[in-house]
Amino acid sequence: MEDTVQINFRCSFRRKSLILATLSASLLVAAGCKKKAAPPPPPPPITNNAPAPTATITATPSAVNAGGSVVLAWRTTDATDVSIDGIGAVPTSGTRTVNPAESTNYHLVAKGDGGSTDATARVTVNAAAAPTSNLSESDVTDSIFHQNVKDIFYDYDSYDIRADAQSTISQDANFLNQHPGLKVVIGGYCDERGSTEYNLALGENRANAAKQGLVTAGVSPERLRTVSYGKEKQFCTEHDESCWQLNRRAQFSLDK
Amino acid sequence: MIISCKKLLSSSPRFLFLLIAIIFFARLTPCIQAQDWVKTGTNLGVQKIRLAAADFKAGSSDAQTAPLKSVFDTTLYSDLKNAGVFDMVSKSMAPPQTPGSPQEISLSAWAAAPASAEMVAFGSLSVSGGRVTVQGFLFDAKNPQSPQILGKQYADTASEENSRQIAHRFADEIILRLGGGLNGIAETKIYFVSNRTGNKEIWAMDYDGQDQHAVTHLGTISISPRVSPDNSRIAFSSLGRDGWSIRMYSLELGRPVSFASPGGTTLSPAWSSDGSKLAFSSSTTGDNEIYTTDASGGGLHRVTAFRGPDVSPVWNPKSNAQIAWVSGRSGLPQIYIMDSDGASVQRMTDGGYATSPSWSPNGQFLAFSWNRKYGPGAPGGQDIYIMDIASKRWIQLTHEAGSNDFPSWSPDGRHIVFQRQDNGRTEIWSMLADGTEQQQLTHDGWNAMPNWSWK
Repeated sequence: MEDTVQINFRCSFRRKSLILATLSASLLVAAGCKKKAAPPPPPPPITNNAPAPTATITATPSAVNAGGSVVLAWRTTDATDVSIDGIGAVPTSGTRTVNPAESTNYHLVAKGDGGSTDATARVTVNAAAAPTSNLSESDVTDSIFHQNVKDIFYDYDSYDIRADAQSTISQDANFLNQHPGLKVVIGGYCDERGSTEYNLALGENRANAAKQGLVTAGVSPERLRTVSYGKEKQFCTEHDESCWQLNRRAQFSLDK
Repeated sequence: MIISCKKLLSSSPRFLFLLIAIIFFARLTPCIQAQDWVKTGTNLGVQKIRLAAADFKAGSSDAQTAPLKSVFDTTLYSDLKNAGVFDMVSKSMAPPQTPGSPQEISLSAWAAAPASAEMVAFGSLSVSGGRVTVQGFLFDAKNPQSPQILGKQYADTASEENSRQIAHRFADEIILRLGGGLNGIAETKIYFVSNRTGNKEIWAMDYDGQDQHAVTHLGTISISPRVSPDNSRIAFSSLGRDGWSIRMYSLELGRPVSFASPGGTTLSPAWSSDGSKLAFSSSTTGDNEIYTTDASGGGLHRVTAFRGPDVSPVWNPKSNAQIAWVSGRSGLPQIYIMDSDGASVQRMTDGGYATSPSWSPNGQFLAFSWNRKYGPGAPGGQDIYIMDIASKRWIQLTHEAGSNDFPSWSPDGRHIVFQRQDNGRTEIWSMLADGTEQQQLTHDGWNAMPNWSWK
């Protein structure tokens, strides 16, 4: 706060001194006020009452084969200026179809009067182009089936589909969609630890999660059957994490 | 609180009397400590009765008498010892008598040291014409004027098995008379899973591990046996072509009988104590939930609707109005209880990995298997615990001996049978409900998932 006081020295001395006295008195008072009174509140932020923006972005599906389509969907609030890396400026909310050639992080930045925020959706692109299979269905033996429709693995006490499992499911679905006459039985398995009955229920959830993954990838549910084996059937018997991981799986087999 | 006795005495005799009375009764009330608030005696606060079981007199000269008598004597003694309510006079301290009848017993010899018996069981066993006959008596050694408490006679075809069963029946009579009104367990059975035939089948044995034999011969994986309260049927879960279903085996007919099991993965059946209903876990709607039906499988009613596995239900046998079960809805499996229509869900365990609840006959306790992962006493192993349902206070019963699971209460509420996996072997053990007297019941193959009969 700048008080420019120009004292006109051409005024009479008396007037000058009066002004000076008043000025210094007011300064003193102000200074004194500064000392005695409570300090003034800190200046409020420049964006005074504007709320901070929020943003979310999702990619569906989150894993595809090269050349596959992914739908990005985002929503923001209290933003005036939204952009996605690699795409550019976008509306504050919307969807867009993209065809990534390789695994990509779609990074969204939303700016508004209240500040800025960001969100990211990751899309994993399977490295090799999915092979086209020219096998006829009657040629598909158990071992050919297992080579093309690989098992997926789970974390401890979990039946969530991990990112690596999602890639496998995409490839498995690709093979199954090329041979629509094949039926599949999905077994859910657990490692040797824990209780017999609980593990049978957990194995059921693993088999169902795998089935749901295939259905989402376009395989008709009538072709899929689930069975839980809990910890009753083991793929290896060592008592260490590498063996336990091998046992925590959903296995896909030809259903005859 | 320091009170001048002199002043009290002089000023207020009535106050002094009250104070003394308070102190007297306060000392009588037992302190509740972690280990001894589960009492395995008669629960009446009485001392264990000092009981002598005499070797019975051989009442005949038939060649079978001696071996059958030996089996009878051993079985009677161990039944009475296993009951958990007697202080047994060891055979080496008993006077060298085998009285066969009331006229032959010298009670003063049994009441004197070193036997110091309060009660004496004695009698005779005879074999004649292929029949074994036992006369058994229970006398009160402190009441020589009229000592007889029991006088019983048993007869059956002469065999080891029948001699054992007669001993069981006589022991149960004694336990009922002297053990605070609860039936003895000497005639009860334990059903379990064994792989001795090459497949997991349902097996049965006497409560003391005798007479182990296969019940089912289905050639697949059959688990989770639960015998009905009237001993007529065993419900269990078996793997068929399309998955797991609840199946029913008739002990009366000696073969499986039909049961309308819902589709999906159907597991862990449990009977209500009046035999009218079954609870079990089924994934018929996609995720394993708890269901109830009537005893033939009709009236299917869903009780839980939660994310995650819901399995291993058990009814409150006192009221049949509550069910305890295992749920993975919050992550690792925990024990919950609810009303049998699904209301008033209450979580009982607060962490770790908890499974396999069994509800005590008096409705007061849950026994279960827990890897507790926190707190006192070297947690981190899978052990059998008991929890008081009202207060949620718990006691750990097994310690640092293998991985323990599937506890099942005896009908007298004094014993628990369970499975122990140790050094690569899985076997069935029993113990008193305070964790003492642990005994291995099976020794051959893989044996697990025991279920104690209701009577």
